[in-house]
Amino acid sequence: MKIHIKGGRLIDPKNGLDDARDLYIAAGKIVGVGNAPAGFGANHIIDAAGKIVCPGLVDLAARLREPGLEYMATLDSEMNAAVAGGVTSLACPPDTDPPLDEPGLVEMLKFRARTLNKARLYPIGALTAGLKGTKLTEMAELRDSGCVAFSHADAPLTDNQVLLYALQYAATFNIPVWLRPQDSFVARGGVAHDGQIATRLGLPPIPVTAETAAVALILLLARETGARVHLARLSSAAAINMVRRARHDGARVTCDVAVHHLHLSEMDIGYFDGNCHLIPPLRSQRDRDALRRALAEHTIDAVCSDHCPVDDDAKQLPFSEAEPGATGLELLLPLTLKWADEEQLPLATALSRITSDAANILGIDAGHLSVGAQADVCIFDAQRYWKVEPASLLSLGKNTPYSGLEVKGRVTHTLVGGMIAHELRVHETR
Amino acid sequence: MWLDPRNPQLNKNGELNHLLSIEGLPADVLRQILDAAESFVGVTQREVKKVPLLRGKSVFNIFFENSTRTRTTFEIAAKRLSADVINLAIAQSSTSKGESMLDTVANLAAMQADMFVVRHAASGAPYLIAKHVGQDIHVINAGDGRHQHPTQGLLDMYTIRHYKKDFTNLRVAIIGDILHSRVARSQIHALTTLGCPEIRVIGPRTLIPADIRSLGVQVYHDLKEGLKDVDVVSTLRLQNERMKGALLASGQEFYKYYGITDDKLALAKPDAIVLHPGPMNRGVEIDSSVADGGQSVILPQVNFGIAIRMAVMSIVAGSWRG
Repeated sequence: MKIHIKGGRLIDPKNGLDDARDLYIAAGKIVGVGNAPAGFGANHIIDAAGKIVCPGLVDLAARLREPGLEYMATLDSEMNAAVAGGVTSLACPPDTDPPLDEPGLVEMLKFRARTLNKARLYPIGALTAGLKGTKLTEMAELRDSGCVAFSHADAPLTDNQVLLYALQYAATFNIPVWLRPQDSFVARGGVAHDGQIATRLGLPPIPVTAETAAVALILLLARETGARVHLARLSSAAAINMVRRARHDGARVTCDVAVHHLHLSEMDIGYFDGNCHLIPPLRSQRDRDALRRALAEHTIDAVCSDHCPVDDDAKQLPFSEAEPGATGLELLLPLTLKWADEEQLPLATALSRITSDAANILGIDAGHLSVGAQADVCIFDAQRYWKVEPASLLSLGKNTPYSGLEVKGRVTHTLVGGMIAHELRVHETR
Repeated sequence: MWLDPRNPQLNKNGELNHLLSIEGLPADVLRQILDAAESFVGVTQREVKKVPLLRGKSVFNIFFENSTRTRTTFEIAAKRLSADVINLAIAQSSTSKGESMLDTVANLAAMQADMFVVRHAASGAPYLIAKHVGQDIHVINAGDGRHQHPTQGLLDMYTIRHYKKDFTNLRVAIIGDILHSRVARSQIHALTTLGCPEIRVIGPRTLIPADIRSLGVQVYHDLKEGLKDVDVVSTLRLQNERMKGALLASGQEFYKYYGITDDKLALAKPDAIVLHPGPMNRGVEIDSSVADGGQSVILPQVNFGIAIRMAVMSIVAGSWRG
């Protein structure tokens, strides 16, 4: 299929492009930017007048709940949610049931994702067998079967010797390791930031030191082992400062933040809103402001949806018993735009954090619109407001702290490999 | 049902509809409860101890966490108001097994309940229940996790007012395990709302939560310093399980540095009163000679507790015409 995306404002952060350009697609690739290649005859034209045309979004953390947790969400539902949110590539953490610790599981998951023909799936392998924190997985084999990195998801990895060996082993094969830094002993039993709100509501606290102690250890081990480490979903100003210093001293570490932590703080828990029970916990407003700034100055490399669909039964529990997480795939774009808007940053900066910057961390050739690249494209109306209503989200996870919020930026088309994977229905375009 | 996000305990007319927390309740509402309780104290001393304010109403005591004392006082209070009382002790079962909390509550609501008295080990559980019950059912928090124990806080205020008359010139010390104490949180909010100018919390750093100062209290780690010239000494129960972890070394050491003994009490004002929510650990947070001594108001607290619960129940049910 040959597609001509016509009349849009094309923003391609990686190539430094922000201009009115048409985009030409054939055989799943981008064949022309601005000018059609000789003899190009489109059999489909997308009118992008008044809209932004950008690379398909790359999401570093989206839980799809397959295999094993289909009562929360399915691959099918979440892939639909992904493309509805403009996401064309996504990394899924290994905390499925069973965890992604065997090549067969990974191959099966990739195969299932491919047959759905929606977003591209990049599994993150389990760093230890069963995420139990004792025995290493066959990382090289798992990589060969499609894992792009390894992580311990949110499972505790308490044995520092295992962590040391895991990083050494991963470094042997130059495999990246993504870690969400948290000392599980310091955080034990906690559900909320160790601040004013936890004190008022009597919620068991998670001190900032749970994060910083782990960041310190990981940075030391990374330097020691030469492993390629990515710190996932930082939550505190103190951790950001440590990363900044480590980078200044030459460390090659990268990091990301969940989009929720750019907008919410402990205050949003209000009267025990279980939708604000997140991992890591929402911290103080000062922490939130530091995360926002760090993302702007690129100390934080990318922002992810940290998509965690949770069924209603698991959320309708007292705060500390409620399953943590919030749905995010369909909100990644508008919430990132909201951040950039409030920080008065150019659109291109906002988009780079969810396209090319994220693709760099994933180590994949995506997140740009160069001629010859795979035609993963997101088209959105940057001026269109819409109201977040849990029931109208495509994800099976209706758990969102943003219910009722008016957000700006609506995806109208998502193309994956030159195929239209999502198109906003006409009655929704008003 | 609809809950005002700013104050989910009040109905659209600003009246008390549920009692979930002391936080956010206006001083007038607190005073109304204390005044109502005062009239009920008389009832509890009469030969016929019943008034018909809740006749025909069903009060369900739903205790997801064990309690004898609090449940009993709620039961007595409801019976003295002529309500029918149903006690349910729902064992602390994991959510994966058995019925969910909200299903349990929905079933009880279908039995034409008028009031739920809820105790739960998790902070915030009564909020969730209040959000899910029908408009005509009133929820009273009988203790949720570390969050609040509002009727205990109110009976403590009643006791303080009874002996000290006025809050606006008092110095109050709350001693011990503030971190895990729902009683302390209720007391702090009640005292600040009623105009108490100086509230001190005293305990080792492991038992004082972060940012507690944001609640309007002063923090002391030295008991002797903290007790100096106070009018009210509120001791908290130190649960034995706290000794198992790393928060404290031993009961003996706690007693030595934070237990209330006669010589430490002597640092407070001579007419200071001593409160304890019970059950007491004698020889841990309080010495027997203090607990049974002339400044102790621990037993009157229990009697006031029944009157406070009668007051709260009749006010949320809308049958109090004070």
